[in-house]
Amino acid sequence: MTIKKLNPLAEILRRFSVLFILIGLCLLLSLLSKRFLTFSNLLNVALQTSIVAITAIGMTFAILTGGIDLSVGSIVALASALSAGLIVKQGLPTYPAMGLALVVGVSLGAVNGLLIVKGHLPPFVATLAMMAAGRGLTLVYTRGWTIPIMVEEFTFWGTGNLGPFPVPVVILTIIFVIAYLTLNYTRFGLYVYAIGGNEEAARLAGVNIDLIKMAVYTISGFTAALAGIITAARLWSAQPNVAAGLELDAIAGPVLGGTSLFGGVGSVGGTIVGTLIIGALNNGLNLLEISSYYQKIIKGIAFILAVVLDVYTKKRR
Amino acid sequence: MPDNAPILVMGHVSKSFPGVQALDDVTFEVNKGEIHALVGENGAGKSTLMKILTGSVPKDSGTIHLQGQATEIDSPARAQTLGIGMIHQELALIPYLNVGQNIYLGREPKGALPGLIDWATLYSQAREQLAKLNIAIEPKTMVADLSIAQRQMVEIVKALSLNADIIVMDEPTSALSERETERLFSLMRSLKEQGVTIIFISHRIEEVFAIADRVTVLRDGKLVGVAPISEVDLGQVVRMMVGRELGEMYPKEEVPRQEVILRVKGLSRNNELRDIDLELHNGEILGLAGLVGAGRTLLARAIFGIDPIDKGEIWIDGQRVKIDSPQKAIALGMGFVPEERTAQGLFLGMAVRQNITISALDKLCRLGFLNFMEAKRLAQEYVQRLDIRTPNLQQRVRNLSGGNQQKVIIAKWLSLNPGVLILDEPTRGIDVGAKAEIHSLMGQLAKQGVGILMISSELPEIMGISDRILVMHEGRLVKAFRRGEASQDEIMLYAAGGEKTNDHQKA
Repeated sequence: MTIKKLNPLAEILRRFSVLFILIGLCLLLSLLSKRFLTFSNLLNVALQTSIVAITAIGMTFAILTGGIDLSVGSIVALASALSAGLIVKQGLPTYPAMGLALVVGVSLGAVNGLLIVKGHLPPFVATLAMMAAGRGLTLVYTRGWTIPIMVEEFTFWGTGNLGPFPVPVVILTIIFVIAYLTLNYTRFGLYVYAIGGNEEAARLAGVNIDLIKMAVYTISGFTAALAGIITAARLWSAQPNVAAGLELDAIAGPVLGGTSLFGGVGSVGGTIVGTLIIGALNNGLNLLEISSYYQKIIKGIAFILAVVLDVYTKKRR
Repeated sequence: MPDNAPILVMGHVSKSFPGVQALDDVTFEVNKGEIHALVGENGAGKSTLMKILTGSVPKDSGTIHLQGQATEIDSPARAQTLGIGMIHQELALIPYLNVGQNIYLGREPKGALPGLIDWATLYSQAREQLAKLNIAIEPKTMVADLSIAQRQMVEIVKALSLNADIIVMDEPTSALSERETERLFSLMRSLKEQGVTIIFISHRIEEVFAIADRVTVLRDGKLVGVAPISEVDLGQVVRMMVGRELGEMYPKEEVPRQEVILRVKGLSRNNELRDIDLELHNGEILGLAGLVGAGRTLLARAIFGIDPIDKGEIWIDGQRVKIDSPQKAIALGMGFVPEERTAQGLFLGMAVRQNITISALDKLCRLGFLNFMEAKRLAQEYVQRLDIRTPNLQQRVRNLSGGNQQKVIIAKWLSLNPGVLILDEPTRGIDVGAKAEIHSLMGQLAKQGVGILMISSELPEIMGISDRILVMHEGRLVKAFRRGEASQDEIMLYAAGGEKTNDHQKA
């Protein structure tokens, strides 16, 4: 009986490779632009990244089970429109309005889960449909107009500070800690990995697959709705076309961070690092005054490299 | 409860899958505290019966009584609560979780708060369970890093840790060495002394005689007989399984040996295939025997250009060739019928005609347009030649029986007139009648000059149909036999690594 042992150094390099990529990227950017490595700019990166990162954490759960959630961008938009609109148009107090927006996001996530579990739709199809429907709902609710909102109690959640830290960064930190503990220390977290690793084996072990999958898409709906509220609060307005294409960043983050699109392997820590890579890349390219058109191309290439790496390491196993 | 009362009675159980009657009115009784062997050929219905017992497949009709109580088992979780544990043939472990997590999956010890897991207890219990069986595996090792034999051991620990009254073992020894098997048997005996009931499924009849108290034989989904092991001999059980004398099922004719059509020299890949030399002649059926995981399928894949090779030469018709893709292999006149018939060999939703002609489209197309008349004629020809039972050429392959599906795959390759045909487990899961037809078809092909390399885990098949038999063990060819030279025991001995010789070139 022999157990394959990796060289410890190689193992460290492999485990933390994305972290090294992030550090390398930051070093490179700080060489190219003096403004990059300043406290205010780094905080800015964290702030800009937090909305994507919160969404990406929910996405990580879905991907870990071997699924995907394409509807997050639309749920962000709908929650953003509802939270602002319920206050401005319907005159609800701030917190009930925010609560209602969260409930709607969670419900749409649960509908995704139902379609996948009970309707036996592939996650790709169910959430693609939700992506279209969610965007449609947003456009219907806003009638295509931007809803401005100046209520300070509300905008605090996107623009305020707690000590030196912007509120969205604090929220991201809380969500990250909860997700980390859930995935690593709870039964539920273990089952998420188990389903992605071998769904049939998990079923035979008596794991309630349907329940876990439902929960996973509900979580993704929740984090997307939360990100939506923060978006509206940050922009002082809800725009019907906000977060279009966000799903790409929210998928690329976990995948760059080592979460396998085949499921069963990955971590939220990796997701944060992966999302920061995308954030640093965006920020750096802005500082270098590279056109946003080119930025999209560069992001696309980075995403493909990450997936190629995933497929390649899977094959070698 | 008296010692010999049946702990389990499955009465008049029937189950059909599309195109197959997997179980037909089978009654199966197991006494408390016995080791009860369940035997039968592939496709006899053993696994289906056990899947019904463990709640992973619903039965169409019939009853289940546990300890005299009528019971419905509708989920694996239900089976677990009832004290029925199963060790699966296809290993049911999760590769990216560690050993401890796998053993206690679905029933982790509860932690301080609801939803939390008491990891310390989990790992110490796992360590204890592993130690009980003298298995030297650290509970925090990831399953993906274990060998197949080690994974099997973890499976067994997992089932035992359930404190099950009834443990079903589906081919538990298929990937174990003799020493590991012996250890498993002594463990089974001590479990029996503790009053645990074991249902033991095995292809290896000698094992059944070594360990079981009683044996139930299934054939083609029907119950053939039940007997205490002391009242039957090996030959009787085999005859019950097969339903006829062994000699009559393998009609391979002697074909005078001709030129070498395929020669492999020093082929190596990773540590999985090591320095393999073999020769295949026109008109020859070369049987490749070995345990699961010995590298037989990998060898076939390497020859066919699916997996790259590190070292070695392949010669076809006396020409050295480089095969780096299946397209290349096909162009050189090779055909490969894979083990996973439905997953790798067929387009289930497409018609018989399309499946047969899909590899021959180059021949059938003019300027990119398919000549339908010609395709139809070709498909019709093979349906008749191979006696494929289908109502018409438009029938979807999904609706054919396993044997006829296999014939469709073979027809697909024959339409290319291959010189070399590699067949991986060609009769697995195929009923006995169709099996004989596939064998006679292989004989005919050999007679027409095709060289056939056949991988099979069924020793009687290997011994009956092959002109020569090569035995593989841990990625090496360890022994070669001519037809009639080898006994089942001898082949098994080499396959299990009992003798490390390398004299196969002489054969």
